[in-house]
Amino acid sequence: MTSDRLRLLLPVLSLAVLLGAVFYLQPRAMSYFGLNLLFNLAIPVALATVAQMMIIMVNDIDLSIGTFVSFCACVTATFVHDTPLLGYGILSAAVLAYAALGALIQLRGLPAIVVTLGMSFVWGGLAVLILPSPGGASPEWLKTLMNFKTPLVPIAVIAPLVVAFAVHLLIKRSWVGVVLQGVGGNERAMERAGWSVVRLRASAYGLAGLFGVLAGMCLVGLTTAADANIALRYTLLSIAGVILGGGEFVGGRVSPFGAVIGALTLTLAASFLSFLRLSPDWQIGAQGAILILVLAVRLFFVRKEVSA
Amino acid sequence: MKTDENTGPGATAAPVVSLEQAHLSYGPVLALRGATLSISAGECVGLVGHNGAGKSTLANVINGRLTQTQGAVHHRNADPALRNSQNAQNAGIRSVFQELSLCPNLTVLENLRIPYRNMPRKGWRRVARQKMLDALDLVFPGHGIHARATVGNLTIAERQMVEIAIAFADRDREPSLVILDEPTSSLDAAIAQQLLDHIKRFCAKGGAVLFISHMMGEIFEVSTRIIVMKDGQIVDDQPASQFTRASIVDAMGHVAPDEDTSGAGRADRTLGAEVVRAANGLNARAGEIVGLAGLAGHGQAEALAQIYFDHAPKWKSARQPEVVFVAGDRARDGIMPLWSILRNLSLTTLSEFSRKVMVDRSSEADMVQTWKDRIGIRTDNLLNPILSLSGGNQQKVLFARALASSAPIVVMDDPMRGVDVGTKKDVYQMIQAEASQDRSFLWYSTETDEILECDRVFVFRAGQIAAELVGDEITEENILNASFQMQEA
Repeated sequence: MTSDRLRLLLPVLSLAVLLGAVFYLQPRAMSYFGLNLLFNLAIPVALATVAQMMIIMVNDIDLSIGTFVSFCACVTATFVHDTPLLGYGILSAAVLAYAALGALIQLRGLPAIVVTLGMSFVWGGLAVLILPSPGGASPEWLKTLMNFKTPLVPIAVIAPLVVAFAVHLLIKRSWVGVVLQGVGGNERAMERAGWSVVRLRASAYGLAGLFGVLAGMCLVGLTTAADANIALRYTLLSIAGVILGGGEFVGGRVSPFGAVIGALTLTLAASFLSFLRLSPDWQIGAQGAILILVLAVRLFFVRKEVSA
Repeated sequence: MKTDENTGPGATAAPVVSLEQAHLSYGPVLALRGATLSISAGECVGLVGHNGAGKSTLANVINGRLTQTQGAVHHRNADPALRNSQNAQNAGIRSVFQELSLCPNLTVLENLRIPYRNMPRKGWRRVARQKMLDALDLVFPGHGIHARATVGNLTIAERQMVEIAIAFADRDREPSLVILDEPTSSLDAAIAQQLLDHIKRFCAKGGAVLFISHMMGEIFEVSTRIIVMKDGQIVDDQPASQFTRASIVDAMGHVAPDEDTSGAGRADRTLGAEVVRAANGLNARAGEIVGLAGLAGHGQAEALAQIYFDHAPKWKSARQPEVVFVAGDRARDGIMPLWSILRNLSLTTLSEFSRKVMVDRSSEADMVQTWKDRIGIRTDNLLNPILSLSGGNQQKVLFARALASSAPIVVMDDPMRGVDVGTKKDVYQMIQAEASQDRSFLWYSTETDEILECDRVFVFRAGQIAAELVGDEITEENILNASFQMQEA
């Protein structure tokens, strides 16, 4: 329990430091409107990070989440807007496809990294087929939801916390989550106790697909249009977010709150660099430098924990 | 449940499990031959035997993880439509093995949820917490383990305690037979005693236990019956009172000693100066063959690795290495599976036989050809992939890789695993020949025949050297005596 809290301390601290730096550079960001602007693009990133967390929880890694979110955004901006029934049908099929991938990976003993890398081209190709040039439109209700004016605290701050809390209940408190984490912790023990690891891995992938769909829909609600390349960055952002949030690549050690805070931190890092008036040419490199810095600090924390 | 009168070998109730002439083979290797036994309620059966005697195989056949290739296994109230493992679970058979089967990322109470598959879903955390604490209190009173602690943060002993408690815990079915494989290996004496006391209480209440241990004191303390295994066979099965420590060691060892060919190469070699000395007392002289014996996993591999790393340069590989390593686990740390036989063989000596940066292809080919003939690798073409060879021949390539270098020390980590007898004889001769040219060998082996080839033997127990045997003292009996703890636990 205490070590879990220690793991959560670093993402919280790095978010606080970045937030402090942003407020120092741009005091006007310290308002309802400012916070909403800073964090509203963090909602889809947080959902994609939760999706990635589901995969990392069972010791796999998903390289297709970025193109998958793009695909879902394209479907939302076209089919869901024009023919809702067909649109939701496609999105449900995509979730099932994710679950089937999980089952396939377990049944055939395939490396997830290769399968998802291959699938990233499939999702990317489908996205281009649906929406060859940027366009489409957001369903009205989605636009309203994403721009909803909550009292006192903006939705961009509330929504990620609600997501984190819901996922925390599902993964950390319910027995389903415990069993899913068990797959990452000791797959052989699960098998020996008579659990079907195929079914469990399929469930984890299905959950990842579900959160990927939600990420795509939220993104369209915010941007009101879609593009086949809209979320390509999400693959790396989501992996970095999970790890930044105290997760481990192997061993089923993940933290829903940590993952969401990690996603917020990474989104904020981009804004921070803009406030610094850093030339856009240098921004991606600088973002990488921030990431390396935080992960290096984390490594230091983990080492300390191991030696203790 | 039955009470005290049901203890002892003559218990009358239907046995929890019985085996009839059960065989189990992995390809040509017979891991279990004609095992016949039955375990009844109220019995505590001690199971002893040397490395590879088939103890774990027998335990895995009983709990249904392995399926016998011949013969029959009957579980109580078995349903023939179900698989063995299902029947074993339904009969209430549970096992605790040495490799921990807990999920380190979960808490103690969550780990009970894993084997307890149909736990009530509403308020399951409260149920799991209560049952887990009840089980821990029952087996290890005063344990001090929190149900909400993450297993990964517990000490090894605490993890072992949790695992044992889960096996005895009250779930949907009561445990009828608990298989414990070296359960006390990481527990200290006081806690081990708590476990032994619990086993006695459990059996008195009508439960059965199969207790595998190398601690003779523990075996004699809890067992009502003792089974001795050797070479995959049950060689003795009697009430514990019929055995003495000495008679168990006799039964575990070879009945007739092998013809004594081993000492032949030994006498006429003169040993040079000491070339290796480790912190734990392990040492070797030039031209000496030093054996590391004892039960598997008692620190021999670690001792070898330590010696290797002490003598190998840290950053830059030396042109003429001081020490070379022959791996026993070929697939993990021996062969390069995609490379040819030639590339695999010349790996260690690449820098030694090359000029500057480039590999000298012709001298590489010459060297490999020489070693192919010397050690007798059976292949037409050295450019064939290494995996086209049989296991024994792959191992010969690894030997040749090490011996081809000029390193004066050769470290061997149980290198004859899965090697046929013919190859073994060849390699023994080669090792003797190399030793007479002042090479030192450090040889960890789980097979007594190989240990008898050595000039001096260190017997390991629990990570430490338990005995050092020289010359005529190297007998199977002495090794067994030193590897099993003979004093009271």
